[in-house]
Amino acid sequence: MDCYPTRRTLIQTLAALGSMTTAGRVWAAPKTDARLLVVFLRGAYDAANVVIPIGSDFYYHSRPTLAIPRPGSNAGKPGLEAVSLDSNWGLHPALRDSVLPLWQHKQLAFIPFAGTDDLTRSHFETQDTIELGQPISGTRNFQSGFMARLSGILTRSRPIAFTDQLPLIFRGGDAPIPNLGLNSVGKPALDERQVGLITQMYKDDALAASVTEGFHIRDEVYQSISRENLAANRGAVSPKGFELSARRIALLMKGGYNLGFVDVGGWDTHVNQGAAAGYLADRLSELGRGLAGFADEIGPEAWRDTVVVVISEFGRTFHENGDKGTDHGHGSVYWVLGGSINGGHLIGEQIKVEQRALFQNRDFPVLTDYRGLFGGLFKSMFGLDSGLLQKVFPAVTPLDLAIV
Amino acid sequence: MGRLRTSSLKATTPTRTDFLWALAIIPSLAGAIQAEPAARNYDPANISLLDRLTFGPTIEDAERLQTAGAKRWLDAQLHPMPEDSLPATAQAQIDAMPISQKPMTELVANMTAMSKALNQITDPDLKKAAGQAYQQTMNDFAKQAASRQILRDLYSPTQIRERMTWFWFNHFNVHQSKADIRPMVADYEDKAIRSHALGRFRDLLAATLRHPAMLRYLDNAQNAAGHLNENYAREIMELHTMGVGSGYTQHDVEELARILTGVGISAAPEGPNSSPELAKQFIRDGLFEFNPARHDYGDKDFLGHTIKGRGFAEVDEALDILARHPATAHHVARRIAIYFVADVPPNSLVDRMADAFQRSDGDIASVLRAMAEAPEFAAAQPVKFKDPFRYVLSAIRLAYDEKVILNTAPIQGWLSRMAEGLYNHQTPDGYPLASDAWSGPGQLALRFEIARQIGSGPAGLFKPDEPGATDRPAFPQMQNALYFVGLRQRLKPNTLATLDQAVSPQEWNTLLLSSPDFMR
Repeated sequence: MDCYPTRRTLIQTLAALGSMTTAGRVWAAPKTDARLLVVFLRGAYDAANVVIPIGSDFYYHSRPTLAIPRPGSNAGKPGLEAVSLDSNWGLHPALRDSVLPLWQHKQLAFIPFAGTDDLTRSHFETQDTIELGQPISGTRNFQSGFMARLSGILTRSRPIAFTDQLPLIFRGGDAPIPNLGLNSVGKPALDERQVGLITQMYKDDALAASVTEGFHIRDEVYQSISRENLAANRGAVSPKGFELSARRIALLMKGGYNLGFVDVGGWDTHVNQGAAAGYLADRLSELGRGLAGFADEIGPEAWRDTVVVVISEFGRTFHENGDKGTDHGHGSVYWVLGGSINGGHLIGEQIKVEQRALFQNRDFPVLTDYRGLFGGLFKSMFGLDSGLLQKVFPAVTPLDLAIV
Repeated sequence: MGRLRTSSLKATTPTRTDFLWALAIIPSLAGAIQAEPAARNYDPANISLLDRLTFGPTIEDAERLQTAGAKRWLDAQLHPMPEDSLPATAQAQIDAMPISQKPMTELVANMTAMSKALNQITDPDLKKAAGQAYQQTMNDFAKQAASRQILRDLYSPTQIRERMTWFWFNHFNVHQSKADIRPMVADYEDKAIRSHALGRFRDLLAATLRHPAMLRYLDNAQNAAGHLNENYAREIMELHTMGVGSGYTQHDVEELARILTGVGISAAPEGPNSSPELAKQFIRDGLFEFNPARHDYGDKDFLGHTIKGRGFAEVDEALDILARHPATAHHVARRIAIYFVADVPPNSLVDRMADAFQRSDGDIASVLRAMAEAPEFAAAQPVKFKDPFRYVLSAIRLAYDEKVILNTAPIQGWLSRMAEGLYNHQTPDGYPLASDAWSGPGQLALRFEIARQIGSGPAGLFKPDEPGATDRPAFPQMQNALYFVGLRQRLKPNTLATLDQAVSPQEWNTLLLSSPDFMR
């Protein structure tokens, strides 16, 4: 498939800005300064226990050991019950201290019943489906991820994957898209001369551009990280795990990278996933600290022009299984965060959570397609017209969910 | 490596500078190197074959192949003795490991006892210390397993079995960090994987199914009648046998999960109390258990077959169906071709290999022979970019040849930095086999840094892992006999010209290991 549209000029992009007012909000800065970070929760996180249908008796019947108690039902132990988002939905208590404040400031929205039309219930297949963003029928082009296609049509695009391997979502850019796992960054040991000699060996090689970009990103990331001194800034415990990565990502995106991708694993909870406390709660707590840390580190000004989207390949079975866990399901809940988004409420088509609402009698249905969601976001964030959007997501109508 | 062939004697003769370096670094090598110009050059096709089928050419392997000819060499590789003889220094390191001295059941039992004792401790400081000791012991089991595998990969004469052991472990992946898998992983790699690596696919599949590491990793130990857990059933079909999109349905997954109910793990001394009739069906083999009391005895409708509910025989019947399914032959053949030949292997090659799989009832050696003898194999271009594991192993084999390393920890460290540590892929799909998963800009920059570490000195490889040990003298001598009679002729002119600009042997090594030729 043709995934390499010509680059647009800056003027063309700016010309599209006239139509950029959505939901009564206008971006504070030109659209070309907009930043997007996609956070992929690999392993299919158990969305129903994170954004919890507290209004549904059916939920409490379906999860006798896993359900998160309703807000106020566990008097004296607020850490062990859901936090109310509205009358129908609650938030997992592990996220209370980190992302709930963002919700309260309308900088966080949830999109329930979100996902794909892929029914394989295979992690790997469905992750590929999402990252490629191509129609599900027909031959897949594994050299064409949707963020690479987006990058190809944006002016001044600076994409980067904060991963050890270049993810499918960024494969196939017209220039090599850099990737760097933020845990393996060290002081570069090769000197300038040696860098020159190595670059020279690759001058006629297919990897020439990747080698050049690799040395460049190595230097830039090292400089950015060696300046950060995160712990000293606050006199607090130094961040670890995902929060450390997320804060580093914030610094790099504040410094110029405007299309980012990172993934977080460990969500495939078939056994003993825990409820208000336990395994999943610990993973959520780390994720929440990371996202809040990102917003903090990037600073209020850049945060206003930034959108973070949290996705996962599918949801999990609505009923708990025999092992105090959940199996592969269908619909998930996506998150959108940002300094000037229209947050603080649940967005997109919704239905009452009850037995007959389940897809194939076992899972949340998908009412909001991931491509429609991203297409709508790209339209608002970057001023893409429908012709350009078709280059990113062929045959998809962008959804106007008034998020930004 | 590159394909440029220069046959003139002049081009293959070491320059004077080469000699001076070699003499300056290790006087004892001078004799060997001076002798080389008289030696014959190796057939570049043979070096290519070694590049593709081994963990990198060494002078010994090149010699063996040159002497035997490709056909006899391949025969020997595909039909080896059950156990290889390793160099004594390597074997001694393996023999000294606790994983070599105690069976898995005992390691697991010891750790379970240690964990119970730990839970009895009430003093918080003592408990913390005991907890750390427990984790250290657990981690050591996985490190020993990795160390043993690396030593075998470096020094085994049956290189293709080692390549396939890596491939099959990755195909039937388990992750060391889950639950109590660490003391199981050595046995899994050796008994379930390596001993079937060139044998029958059906045996390999059954060996993984009966291994506690797999049953723990994919949760089948928890799968019981009325408490179905379909995790393992799904991955058997999606990853291990037929492949996704090959025609099975969610219904087939659920039916296979029902067939697998009761297949699990137990360390209990005796079987459960159950009716005499069920007790007859009970199976215990080490930690493996088939518990009839947990099995769903209803009939199953699996891939169009009606499987009568009757106990573990259902599992055997299901594995027969899966192992002989044409989709399995195709899926497995394609994966092997991607690993050895090309990211997008020619369909004609995959078809040949799948045919060989079906004709031989899943004989893996026959599939590999069909691949290696196919015209598409020798013709495949571009040559695959090495994944980090192959890259590091081939560098060490070139640098030290048969001088056996005394510590694999630096190698494990490099692999983990490059995100391809042994037994360390979290999800059951295993590490990616396609080259472009490893050649992104950030990955290349990191690989050059590691090239510098390998090329600049012994890097801890010759410092035994024991208190008070000191580095034994060693240097990565890459301008060696193999280089002069086998590798140099195949380097691109641009690479040779750049190597000439090196100002030290360390830098020369770094550049060679960083070159586009050595990456492939």
